[in-house]
Amino acid sequence: MTGFARSRPGGWLPVAATLSALVVFPLVVDDGSWLNTAVLVLLYAGLAQAWNILGGFAGQISLGNAAFFGIGAYTSTVLLDRWNVSPWLGMPIGAVIAAGFAVAVFFPFFRLGGHYFAIATIALAEILLILFTNWAFVRGARGMTIPFVRGPDRRPTDSWAFLQFNESRVPYYYVVLGLAVLAVAIAIAVERSKLGYYLRAIKNDQQAARSLGVPVLRYKLIAVAISAAVSAVFGTFYAQYLLFIDPETTMRLELSVLIALVAILGGVGTVVGPLLGALVLIPLSEVTRSQLAGSGNTLDLVLYGGLIMLIAVFQPNGLVAVGDRVRRRRRAVRPAGDGAERGDAPLVGAPGAGD
Amino acid sequence: MLLQVRHLSAAYAGVPALHDVSLDVGEGQIVALIGANGAGKTTTLRTISGLLRPERGEIAFRGQRLAGQPAHRIAELGIAHVPEGRRLFSRLTVRQNLLVGAHSPRARAGEDAAMERVLTMFPRLRERADQRAGTLSGGEQQMVAIARGLMLGPALLMLDEPSLGIAPKLVDEIFTTIRAIAREGTTILLVEQNVRESLELADHAYVLQTGSTIADGTGAEILASDLVRRAYLGI
Repeated sequence: MTGFARSRPGGWLPVAATLSALVVFPLVVDDGSWLNTAVLVLLYAGLAQAWNILGGFAGQISLGNAAFFGIGAYTSTVLLDRWNVSPWLGMPIGAVIAAGFAVAVFFPFFRLGGHYFAIATIALAEILLILFTNWAFVRGARGMTIPFVRGPDRRPTDSWAFLQFNESRVPYYYVVLGLAVLAVAIAIAVERSKLGYYLRAIKNDQQAARSLGVPVLRYKLIAVAISAAVSAVFGTFYAQYLLFIDPETTMRLELSVLIALVAILGGVGTVVGPLLGALVLIPLSEVTRSQLAGSGNTLDLVLYGGLIMLIAVFQPNGLVAVGDRVRRRRRAVRPAGDGAERGDAPLVGAPGAGD
Repeated sequence: MLLQVRHLSAAYAGVPALHDVSLDVGEGQIVALIGANGAGKTTTLRTISGLLRPERGEIAFRGQRLAGQPAHRIAELGIAHVPEGRRLFSRLTVRQNLLVGAHSPRARAGEDAAMERVLTMFPRLRERADQRAGTLSGGEQQMVAIARGLMLGPALLMLDEPSLGIAPKLVDEIFTTIRAIAREGTTILLVEQNVRESLELADHAYVLQTGSTIADGTGAEILASDLVRRAYLGI
């Protein structure tokens, strides 16, 4: 449901209010663990937004987006480690490499239909994980540590130039907030451009798009390139945030699945969906983990998985649809046919539909 | 000749669908392709528009060879294919559907003019321009599908079963529209199960049987022929 994200009378007010709340958040909440949760929410909101450009708009479900995230993390870290290149420069370089890699690898992947495509993306991320685990140049499974930036007194210090904050973690929050805003801006730009129409046309009916002369493969490749570049940017941020990366933390399957899950539970193919998904899912996972795990049991995962199932059963269109439903009820009855357009089924294909 | 098809054969994953299709479409004509279900009418259109690769045979459009070219190249050359069942993008608005139709670089350059042209031709679509295509009636959806094809600014418009599943009172409207489009200079290749109406409309017609063109003539000739009267009109 894209209508939710589109500007309507007063549409800017909630946006401005949300942004102000996000800006003052660290000033009000002076608590390390909540700040960490907020950073993760914004990180996953951005990653899910990137996933959504390919998975949501174009309907190509990837379960390997951690590969792009990992490429971003490793590119900037290797450049920093070997040649002392600032992560601010490593970030766009990583984005370009991830986009190029995505185009090269997805070119054959896009010949696969439906589930086979998703399986190929899983294999892609897993292969990359194994490669990096055994690649001496990136220190294999031991991972890479990013050295502290030290002040004149040799103590770790803050450095905007090298995107590293050791005295207070708050600047990390503002950096990831800025990146998340950038990701949302890119998603909105795609949604409203012709590219967005083409991608949604491809998702809606690929054959029809082809018969109109839309070069389907070209637009899918553009979508995956954007998705990969944005994911890689967050990879660089994550490396700087942890100051340590290894293949497991940046490329594991769970990460790919979580990225897709955030977008899907939030609402596929909308700009608001991934944001809502991250806002609900990430704190949920953090809270269940900190409150219930620890003693070696896995009760947290049981609860977490159960809640995901509940959302999937009762809100199959994602959390975005809750807002839609509330608004619909307020507006009372709407013209017939509204229910029919909701599903992905090619309603127009049915003879006599609506006549 | 605008379009020439010679001894075309094609198959779906090894299952033959076309054996020997030959047809000519002259500039400015309305050409109808009729035949029973499964005779290969849709497949012929799909092969011309590049959705299906021909196995053998030649397709020439304004003297250029089409066989084996990708669908988007063929669309750029000026062939618009309005597929059977309308196949609208139900979640996009009418206007967005039309814009997707104007994909080729040439069409994008003339997009505003083309939009104005089709909205003048279909005033009802102007009213519904910002409505989701999936919420329109079947007749309105068919108009969007035709308009979407016209957004390409095609020299040849191929229509696959435009009257299928449309309320009877709207069928006449669809045929009137087709005649109007032809009068404005767009050549039309029409596939229809509505044999009588389409033959009355057509300058020339071909009869397709089990993947081969078995007869052709003017619309009136075919309409009068025993073959068609027996097989399709039940007289």
